[in-house]
Amino acid sequence: MNQNSLVSISDIGRDEILRLLEMARRFEENPNRDTLAGKVVATLFFEPSTRTRLSFETAVNRLGGRVIGFSDAGTTSSSKGETLKDTIKMVSNYADLIIMRHYLEGAARYASEVTETPVINAGDGANQHPSQTMLDLYSIYKTQGTLENLTITMVGDLKYGRTVHSLLMAMRYFNPTFRFVACDELAMPREYMDFCDKNGIRYSVHRDFSPEVINTSDIIYMTRVQRERFTDIMEYERVKDLYSLNNAMLADSRDNLRILHPLPRVNEIAQDVDDNPKAYYFEQARNGLYARQALICRALGIEA
Amino acid sequence: MDKKELAVAALRNGTVIDHIPSAVLFKAVKILGIESIETSVTIGNNLDSGKLGTKGIIKVADVFFPEATLNRIALIAPTAVVNIIRDYEVVEKFPVILPDTIVDIVTCGNPKCITNNEPMPSRFEVINRDDVTIRCHYCGRVVKSTDAVV
Repeated sequence: MNQNSLVSISDIGRDEILRLLEMARRFEENPNRDTLAGKVVATLFFEPSTRTRLSFETAVNRLGGRVIGFSDAGTTSSSKGETLKDTIKMVSNYADLIIMRHYLEGAARYASEVTETPVINAGDGANQHPSQTMLDLYSIYKTQGTLENLTITMVGDLKYGRTVHSLLMAMRYFNPTFRFVACDELAMPREYMDFCDKNGIRYSVHRDFSPEVINTSDIIYMTRVQRERFTDIMEYERVKDLYSLNNAMLADSRDNLRILHPLPRVNEIAQDVDDNPKAYYFEQARNGLYARQALICRALGIEA
Repeated sequence: MDKKELAVAALRNGTVIDHIPSAVLFKAVKILGIESIETSVTIGNNLDSGKLGTKGIIKVADVFFPEATLNRIALIAPTAVVNIIRDYEVVEKFPVILPDTIVDIVTCGNPKCITNNEPMPSRFEVINRDDVTIRCHYCGRVVKSTDAVV
């Protein structure tokens, strides 16, 4: 096990988060360097995820490192029945860092336990995706100038959305106020509200995506409401448009409000929001590059 | 010798694990690996118990388990009490203690958990000792000990 592995955002504390955000800021100023010259990074995508893979590989390439790996486990020996452990052990012989995505939950934790090579989790099933959380934090930090004392409204699928769960947990150091806006079927799970209670985090639960909620938010974090999450399809038809945002709804919102979304978006944010300066989801994705550059350097023990 | 004494033979040297809830006696047998022990083993179940209604008991001659091994049954049998017998005397008596981490006992209920798809031991952390709630170290699935698959 390498201490620099990052499997869950809970693996790092407040100071480390702030240090990484500062590092990401410096990478944004100057993303092209030769910090990783001579390093080989393996990107093992047992499950395809083009967006995340390209972001990580761009991060490595812009730092002068080299990338090996695969984007689909169908072409590897895991399709012949090789265990994850054996694949990781084999790749550890070649690479300085392993970035992996897997369809099984806990795969990255296990991988980090069977190798001395640092592992970055690029998503394990519905479980953890810490680099997404880092880029969310960086986006919030950059647009608000701080992570402290913000009102963050989370909208849509709060039950299955791992991004909102991880963000909620990472924000615990920064005295946030949360609003959870969702239908009953996709409400924030009890364990996360217990987490808020335990950590003294203020939160309120809303079924309506109302002007009062919108107009008092610093961040609105939208998520996709997916049809396949519903046991009752009538319920989906009834609620699918209740949690979508259009430009008119932002008329009286705060100046500093920014709209985030982990993407891909479908219809939960209307196209007419895109031109509003408060729409931030495309820049948010770009911030992923800098956040991942910071995470890669941390994993390799490189101060940048 | 009355009937009660006859039911379970006295032990000269060894370990007696008493006050096991009847419903989990055979799970406890499995967890402790009693099946592979070659000295004499006496297993009783559905015996009268003031505390539990009915209870199970395991007597193993000439075997002294490491405490960590005995504590492995605490998850399913938190009421169990261990008696160490030497020369027919109880020389030590202690309750089992739930460890912080439970390795290779519980099967994770999440079919997409890595532990159900790789040849590897499961691992759970105790997150609430009051109602004995445990969380999978790998996938994060939370389960109460009473619902855990052992």
